[in-house]
Amino acid sequence: MANEIILNSKQFELTINRLCYQLIENHSDFSKSAIIGLQPRGIYLANRLQSVIQARTGITVQTGGLDITFFRDDFRRTDRPLIPSATNMDFTVEGKKVVLVDDVLYTGRTVRAGLDATMTFGRPSGIELMALIDRRFSRNLPIEPNYVGKSVDTIEAERVTVSWNEIDGKDEVTLHTTNE
Amino acid sequence: MNKGLSADHLLGIKHISKEDIEVIFQTADSFKGVINRPIKKVPALRDVTIANLFFENSTRTKLSFELAEKRLSADIINFSASASSVSKGETLVDTVNNILSMKVDMVVMRHPTPGAAMFLANNVNAKIINAGDGTHEHPTQALLDTYSIRERLGEVAGKKVVIVGDIKHSRVALSNIFALQKLGAEVMVCGPTTLIPKHIAQLGVRVEHNLKKALAWCDVANMLRIQFERQEINYFPSIREYAMQYGLTRQILNSLDKEIVIMHPGPINRGVEITSEIADSDQAIILDQVENGVAIRMAVIYLLAAKIDRV
Repeated sequence: MANEIILNSKQFELTINRLCYQLIENHSDFSKSAIIGLQPRGIYLANRLQSVIQARTGITVQTGGLDITFFRDDFRRTDRPLIPSATNMDFTVEGKKVVLVDDVLYTGRTVRAGLDATMTFGRPSGIELMALIDRRFSRNLPIEPNYVGKSVDTIEAERVTVSWNEIDGKDEVTLHTTNE
Repeated sequence: MNKGLSADHLLGIKHISKEDIEVIFQTADSFKGVINRPIKKVPALRDVTIANLFFENSTRTKLSFELAEKRLSADIINFSASASSVSKGETLVDTVNNILSMKVDMVVMRHPTPGAAMFLANNVNAKIINAGDGTHEHPTQALLDTYSIRERLGEVAGKKVVIVGDIKHSRVALSNIFALQKLGAEVMVCGPTTLIPKHIAQLGVRVEHNLKKALAWCDVANMLRIQFERQEINYFPSIREYAMQYGLTRQILNSLDKEIVIMHPGPINRGVEITSEIADSDQAIILDQVENGVAIRMAVIYLLAAKIDRV
């Protein structure tokens, strides 16, 4: 198995900063915006965006974590976790511009479920999608991100892991290749 | 904890493990969030069909199950004994197999005969949830009761719970005893000698006939309804005497040096086992129990549905 670091901690920080400035450009004062991270790992990106935007602008963007387990399309079809992670949404999305964020965008099925789950909190005025890593050419559904940290071209045998300082002790993105 | 339940059916608390109960609670936490959202519905079970078979009267349990199923997007059919072929002499297995031929995946059943749910589980091909079988078990009620205790007091382990009233005719009592013990609580039953089964102490519960002593001991009091419909003889001289001996009043609660949590599975006989004032007070978590009932039943149905043969 070979590992290749595709974002080291310096590049990681630059990428997050760029994504934040893109959000600031499109959402100005964030008064009608909300960032929603998809559980389990999208919440780290959401929280990071919130803190960087706050440091740059002084604005605290409404940020939540959303679990999509009950909205998946593979119930009774795979051995996916049955028991959901926590959903922390202390606001509704009615009339808001929502940015759905996840660490890795792959087949697009999680995002499809995330769109449905978001709508149970009201009717947003719009939803945008952000992925720290976009695994291109592997989509099962017609879903494309509005904001991308880095695009990678991968094959099925490869795996992308995003490590977060908060839980893994370092900010890093690694590509694992299984030789089979 | 991603494995789901160890059991294939929910026949009684006796047949599930402590880990199962914890998985159900954890899942119910998420469903409680779902039922408090603007849109209270998830699509998880949209290809699952559930039959609710009620061979005995029920209002709140049936409503609670129906709502839980609808919030999970399952298709449901309802059946009650009064309007059925049962009165024409059809056997239980025939009745259920006829319903299952219409491609039903799960059966929620209430039946007056103890063991009916297990009998069904052994004889038909569907996931079975026992919604009360005679005087035997009522597992979802015990799950929502213990879940409500956990919600109010933080945890169930180490708590002292007294179940007061008609223990002899109560499936709620038996399921509660099993659930509380599995979760590490101490259990006492309290009531007139005639309504306490003779050998109940063998289940490891304390027995007390004096309500005041029982309340002084406990953290939680679960006041059961007197089941007049199951009592073929008089077990106590009069309702008034029962209310005086075993009714929960402000006066008796004020005589305690602590505030205990009051529960009741409903329907309440106001003025018999509990006064209106106490039932409506902040100490009582009776309406929380009802809300939690939907979340608990969603969790049980969802976790059992995951065990239906793969698509």
